[in-house]
Amino acid sequence: MSLAALAAGKSGLFSPAYADEALQPTKSMRGGSNNYSPGAPLVDNLGKGFLVHGSVLRAGSGEPLANVRIQIWAATARGGEREPSNHGSVLTAADGSFKLEMSQIVPNFGQPHAHLAYDDAEFETVFLRPVMGSAEDTSVQAHFILASA
Amino acid sequence: MSTLGLALINRIRQLLQAVCVFVILVPFTLAALSPLQSGREIEYVAGALAGVLALSLLFIQPLLAAGLLSDISLARARWWHRRVGVALVVAVAVHIAGLFLASPADMSDALLLVAPTPFSLYGVVALWALVLTVLSALVRYRRGTRVSLWNALHTTLTLVVVGASIVHAWMIEGTMNGLSKTVLCILVVLASLGTLVYLKSVTAVSTRG
Repeated sequence: MSLAALAAGKSGLFSPAYADEALQPTKSMRGGSNNYSPGAPLVDNLGKGFLVHGSVLRAGSGEPLANVRIQIWAATARGGEREPSNHGSVLTAADGSFKLEMSQIVPNFGQPHAHLAYDDAEFETVFLRPVMGSAEDTSVQAHFILASA
Repeated sequence: MSTLGLALINRIRQLLQAVCVFVILVPFTLAALSPLQSGREIEYVAGALAGVLALSLLFIQPLLAAGLLSDISLARARWWHRRVGVALVVAVAVHIAGLFLASPADMSDALLLVAPTPFSLYGVVALWALVLTVLSALVRYRRGTRVSLWNALHTTLTLVVVGASIVHAWMIEGTMNGLSKTVLCILVVLASLGTLVYLKSVTAVSTRG
């Protein structure tokens, strides 16, 4: 544990407490990992017309995390969440932001929604399942606050 | 019953028969043609359409039980009611199995009451009310049940099936055409409540002495 972390009041043997409420690690959402297929390939896009975007920050410090892989999948007119061409990864930019253009997300199992995951070694795994406000929306966003693994 | 009353009842039966054909064919066809079926595996399509069919069958069921669909004997109509009940169970089974095969994780979340979607709970409630309906019907068949108890039990359980199914279908954003879903849900409610009112009034007349 670094001196800075100690100074910030980290405590707890198994899960560190974070001083700043706003920068608690994001918890995985219910159903977030459904139809997850590890190792989605890095892609330029998964089609056109819809934007999945967001940011990745470090828990506690809020520092933007660059070059972090975010895996994304959702149902489109090409097929459901198990359709391989609906799975892809992107890396976060220097400012911690990421974006992926894809085909329009369509309702699946009754709700228009996307799945995003961080599932690599450096930080704790997180699965997100943001629900779109409407099936007509052309974008959806999700933000990760990651805790060190 | 007077000749006029009989003629009126038969007119109503003919009308309801026509509505039944509409109710079975239209929502199913529109759902099958939905753009949301695009690219979907057959299990998902079958699961979704089976759900639509189950909802349509909920319109027919109470009308059959009350003899409101045909001038065949009430006993015969209730024979059909039991057969359609089996069809309903099969439709619900295909709905669940198809969706489970399409996405085991999503369906098991729903069945275990941990799905993130609000409508899943209503589907599971409808499912268990349907299971209890079938079990209680089997008990009645094998051991017999006091009529008053059977009426109370069956009415309550089937109202739960109908109510929960409608809420379930209503909240889902899926392959059902919006207008067909609205009309079908209203018709299902009318069929259930209308049948109850009709049966109560018939009983009242026949016990008036």
